[in-house]
Amino acid sequence: MRTFTSHDILFLLQAARWTLALSLLAFVGGGLGGAILAVGRISRVRALRSLASLYIQVVQGTPLLIQLFIWYFGISLLGADLSPIVAAAIALTLYSSAFFAEIWRGAIQSIAKGQWESASSLGLTRFETLWYVILPQSLRPALPPTVGFMVQIVKNTSLAALVGFVELARAGQLVNNITFQPLPVFACVAVIYFAICFPLSALSRWLERRTHGHRQLVRGT
Amino acid sequence: MSYTFQFGEVLRYWPLLVQGAINTLVFSVIAMVAGLAIGVVGASCRISSSRVLRAIAGAYVEVVRNTPLLVQLFLFYFGLPALGLRLSTSQAAILALTFNTGAYSTEIVRAGIESIHRSQIEASTSLGISRLQTFLHVVLPQGLERVYPALASQFVLMMLASSVVSAIGAEELTAYGNRIQSENFRAMEVFFVCAAVYLGLTYLMRVLLAAVAYVAFPRRRALGSV
Repeated sequence: MRTFTSHDILFLLQAARWTLALSLLAFVGGGLGGAILAVGRISRVRALRSLASLYIQVVQGTPLLIQLFIWYFGISLLGADLSPIVAAAIALTLYSSAFFAEIWRGAIQSIAKGQWESASSLGLTRFETLWYVILPQSLRPALPPTVGFMVQIVKNTSLAALVGFVELARAGQLVNNITFQPLPVFACVAVIYFAICFPLSALSRWLERRTHGHRQLVRGT
Repeated sequence: MSYTFQFGEVLRYWPLLVQGAINTLVFSVIAMVAGLAIGVVGASCRISSSRVLRAIAGAYVEVVRNTPLLVQLFLFYFGLPALGLRLSTSQAAILALTFNTGAYSTEIVRAGIESIHRSQIEASTSLGISRLQTFLHVVLPQGLERVYPALASQFVLMMLASSVVSAIGAEELTAYGNRIQSENFRAMEVFFVCAAVYLGLTYLMRVLLAAVAYVAFPRRRALGSV
């Protein structure tokens, strides 16, 4: 047992890089998956629509922690080495893609139907309409909630601590185990998370005000 | 992959799973009710004329929404005993969930209150209704009615996020799942079953919350939006 020093704060900051790395992986992976799912959700093929919708319902209806456990233990079943970061990256990617899909589907469907109709009357295919007409316009309404969800991703990476991946929250546990000063240690961890998340929240709010001129309801835990 | 799923090994533990699901629901309902109460108080602070109250409520909302629930849980469970306040795992879990839900509810309720047109308040004043009565009988019910869908989905998200409290050993579904898999080493099956139970809880909560809306907002019912 020893006291909580600046050395420990440095350790926490170094661990925070893993939080950022994992967030980035989840954001990129979740973004790709979310784009595919969003297209599936608005597809004209009924089977694709139901499949995407089923996926989203299941992912949004079960806890991320359980999904993380399933991937963590599932990978070991496949005979691979237990690698917490891979399990965490997969779980966060699949989880985020369901939420991004819903955010972006909402943005796409907020564009007036007349845009689709006029594009098709000009002879554009459905894909061309989506790519050249709808997506550029839906970027504006999609941006604020997308940035807002990035905050959720950063916070959700803390669950990786529970499968033993040493990111910020796990590093806090480790430092607490040595120093046994939970209050300053976890307060410090919270401050670092806040320093990452607050600018994103503020950016999301600013973008929201710029697009709509009124406040949105930000959800999440 | 030569793995044979054996769900029977998990279903043998069904009393534990049922108990876990009940505990998860109990934690969630307490956190929901207490969190909504905090939300109403917090929202009235957020729109109060007192600068100090506004700042405190604003700081509370920002701090909670920009830090992970897991870290808040650790602060309550490991941090409070350092201040001389020892909590059981369930107490710490309920406290952390309430504290968390309170902040989200504050923002949602505030949005609801702000959506009520000024003329309603002016009309109440002209009828001689006091400020407090106006808030309680005119602004709040209509505000809550308007943001109820947002509150309901926030509560469902909170129920799912409550699985995190297993990290301190609070006895709910995920913690029981962990216990079962440490006994039978059937991790995949255990967590698949847990996922299915959570999915069921999600639908159950949606139905319950819709039922609450049905009873609480007769006007919505008349409009056919519930």
